[in-house]
Amino acid sequence: MKKKLPFYLIATVVVVLMLIALNHLWTNWDAARELSNALAEKDAAGAPMDDGGTLEYREFPVIGSRVLVWMIAELHLMFAAFVLAVPMFAVIIEFIGYYTGDKRYDDLAYEFTKLLSTSFSFTATLGAMLTFALIILYPRLMGYLVNIFSWTFLPYVLLFFAEAGFLYSYYYGWGKFSPKVHLALGIGLNIVGTGIMFIANAWLTFMNSPAGVTETGALISTWDAINNFTWMPINIHRLIANVAFGGSIAAAYGAFKFLGAKTDEERAHYDWMGYIGNFIAIIAFLPLPFAGYWLGKEIYAYSQTLGIVMMGGTFSWLFIIQAVLIGNLFLGANYYLWVSMERIEGAERYRKAIKWLLASITICFIVWATPHSLVASIEEARKMGGAHHPILGVLGVMSAKNTAVNVLILTTYLSFLLYRRGNKEATHPRASLLKNIQFGIFSVVTIFVIVLGVAGYFVDATTRIGFSVPQVLSVLFAMISIAAIDVFLFRNAKSKGEIKWGQIKARAQYALFFLAITFTWLMGLMGYVRAGLRQHYHVYGIMEDTSAHAFTPTLGFAAGVVSVTVLIFFALIAIVFWLSSLSTKKKWEPKDASDDVYGLAEEARS
Amino acid sequence: MNIVPVAIIVLVMVAFSQLSKRNILRLNVVAWMVIWWLAIYFALSYGINPPLPASIIGMFMFIVSLALAAYLTTSTDDMEAAKSAFVNFIINPRYALPLILVMIGLPVVSAYNVYSDMTQPPQPPLSTRTIHPPPPPSITFKGKTIDLIEDENPYRALKTDNPAEFAKHVENGRRVYFQNCVYCHGDNMAGRGIFAHGFDPIPANFRDPTTIAMLQETYLFWRIAKGGPGLPAEATPWLSAMPAWEKFLSEEEIWDVIIFMYEFTNQEPRAKEELH
Ligand code: HEC
Repeated sequence: MKKKLPFYLIATVVVVLMLIALNHLWTNWDAARELSNALAEKDAAGAPMDDGGTLEYREFPVIGSRVLVWMIAELHLMFAAFVLAVPMFAVIIEFIGYYTGDKRYDDLAYEFTKLLSTSFSFTATLGAMLTFALIILYPRLMGYLVNIFSWTFLPYVLLFFAEAGFLYSYYYGWGKFSPKVHLALGIGLNIVGTGIMFIANAWLTFMNSPAGVTETGALISTWDAINNFTWMPINIHRLIANVAFGGSIAAAYGAFKFLGAKTDEERAHYDWMGYIGNFIAIIAFLPLPFAGYWLGKEIYAYSQTLGIVMMGGTFSWLFIIQAVLIGNLFLGANYYLWVSMERIEGAERYRKAIKWLLASITICFIVWATPHSLVASIEEARKMGGAHHPILGVLGVMSAKNTAVNVLILTTYLSFLLYRRGNKEATHPRASLLKNIQFGIFSVVTIFVIVLGVAGYFVDATTRIGFSVPQVLSVLFAMISIAAIDVFLFRNAKSKGEIKWGQIKARAQYALFFLAITFTWLMGLMGYVRAGLRQHYHVYGIMEDTSAHAFTPTLGFAAGVVSVTVLIFFALIAIVFWLSSLSTKKKWEPKDASDDVYGLAEEARS
Repeated sequence: MNIVPVAIIVLVMVAFSQLSKRNILRLNVVAWMVIWWLAIYFALSYGINPPLPASIIGMFMFIVSLALAAYLTTSTDDMEAAKSAFVNFIINPRYALPLILVMIGLPVVSAYNVYSDMTQPPQPPLSTRTIHPPPPPSITFKGKTIDLIEDENPYRALKTDNPAEFAKHVENGRRVYFQNCVYCHGDNMAGRGIFAHGFDPIPANFRDPTTIAMLQETYLFWRIAKGGPGLPAEATPWLSAMPAWEKFLSEEEIWDVIIFMYEFTNQEPRAKEELH
């Protein structure tokens, strides 16, 4: 009972949250439905007879076409992201195993790959559902898109075929080929998967920032339509985000298996798996804010209106939620490292540092999440003289945000560095000099980042945006040079003890769940922002959405749909976890054998 | 910043840490968490002038609470200490009196909260007003279409090409500004003109780096020409008092006053991004 208590607690919290989300959705739902019904009636009154040929929309009952397509698209995307991400790090881990000859890595890569096959069929099924839903419910839009992207569907389908071939030969062929051939299969799998994603990205980025068409939407060049403004930024952004997301889901799988483990050996293994998954997630997560800025900048460059809709309009409140979630991700990731340090002998030395790391993260979190215009009552706004607070307003702009996120990244990097050093003592003859150099680089870069952030207030917008580049580069420089010095510093290091894999505290594993759920929710939310930016357009500026669902839903409703989608995703992922754990389950025995309470049959067999 | 409350908070914190260092006061980790939480709360509530809105204090305290909880639970020792202190408080007869006080106090505090909430005078709901709503792609100005995406200030290029001519436009802009705008936006453009205090929202502060400095000139043209009445729905609950100047000013006058606003505040408009 005692051991189960945290589980019940968390289950209760999850159920309560679910109820709140559902209730929220439900109250908003009625209002949204009423509106949509009213609009649909108005439409129907003036609509031409349904001759099947010129039909523009069909309506899906109860939840409506928009919510249906929204949820299926999001689920499809989440599974696709997972299926694309896992092979990336599976191959890298397999390669590490091959290179170092350490069998553990090979096993781990295989374990990650086991999650793939079920997810792959889920992805394909959801993709088919999405296609059907779109063709049936949005015939006019689909007719147009098919016309624009005509020939791209062929390579898409062919690549999908190739993906299946690579994926299953990679999975079933584990240990059956020479390692080099097997690695080549894995690399092929990645190339094909990335190709598939790039093609699909062309379709949807075209809807956001159409190119290659005339003002009325007539096709000029399919290649220009593919290579539109936001295509590459989305490709890169998704590629990185997929790895972060996939790593966090894999870490959650490790945590799930850890909490259910029966033996110390299993615990040690899954503790390690959770650690590696989380490591992948965090490494991929660090550059993500910059990829996001690039995407935002391209959207701005494509159209000032879209840019302002995104950062200044209704959607800007979603960026505040995003900021809170990202702050939580940083806090959660660091928390995991700090708690894990308890199972490293010798890491007690660094306990004192946690306080300062935490303070830095909290301050940056606050800066990062402070909105520019505040929600205030009239009375409060009067006192502030407007919706901008004279002091806090300073934290609400780009310079402050960039600085905060860079410092967050540096702090997380530092946590990780201390974690790695936990049980090591450098024996290098110049150890203290090297450490001082590292410290020097770290402090100079931190000061540089902050100085640029402050200077940003005194220059014009274009220069200010330009500052983010040296900020990022200096942070990258710090991370790479410090890591390089570490290699020398800890060559032949003296061990102060071992890492007691398997002795990690359960709360660190719950932190892994938290990270996975937060990543997923964040993806759903920002995906909504990207799609919702088009407002009442299917293809921005070119094809208007004339259906009853053309309005931008309230923030609460949108967050509700995203939350329910995330819950469905995790329900499906639970099935994937369960299925992939079947292979290691004991063989089924006839009923009467299990009646054998004394275990004689078991004994007889062994 | 309010110096006095901040100084008091800092002094109290220093006193606590000195007392516990000298072992006069034995503070466990939970007590420290509470002290920190309260100190930050009071600093945010009373240390900043003008006061922060409740919504933002709530958000900050949420983050602080998370951070403190994270701190407490990163160390198993601290966590166990907190747990046993809590259990001890409940079961140790020594704490019977404080326990009873807490058990009476908690419901009393929440009852008081309900009471004070219910007796507040009615207030309009908090508004999430959007200060810079997205502009339409184009507007019509006296029958002429102005493309807000493609068009540019026609006199901007003079700044480098023909400074003398440019100066004339600046001067004309100055005249327009001081004839029309100064009453609200103020003589130093900080949004504190003599009429400013009668309006909600108050007039924009052009010195703030987050108003004109981050906008393109066509955006300002739209705002000046169409004013409060031309605001889209998300910039409401109600329209700002900014007049729609298209009825009173010519196109050239508007472009000129825009130039003057940037010259006067020493700012550059947001450049149009190069399309590739
Ligand atoms: C009656 C008072 C009043 C007068 C006169 C007035 N304004 Fe305004 N102005 C406002 C108010 C109120 C706002 C809205 C501020 C807000 O939305 O937060 C505003 C907003 C603006 C904005 C938008 C700023 C932004 O950041 O979006 C511009 C530009 C502007 N005014 C320029 C002018 C110019 C130029 C003149 C003179 C031709 C002028 N105003 C005259 C009250 C006035």
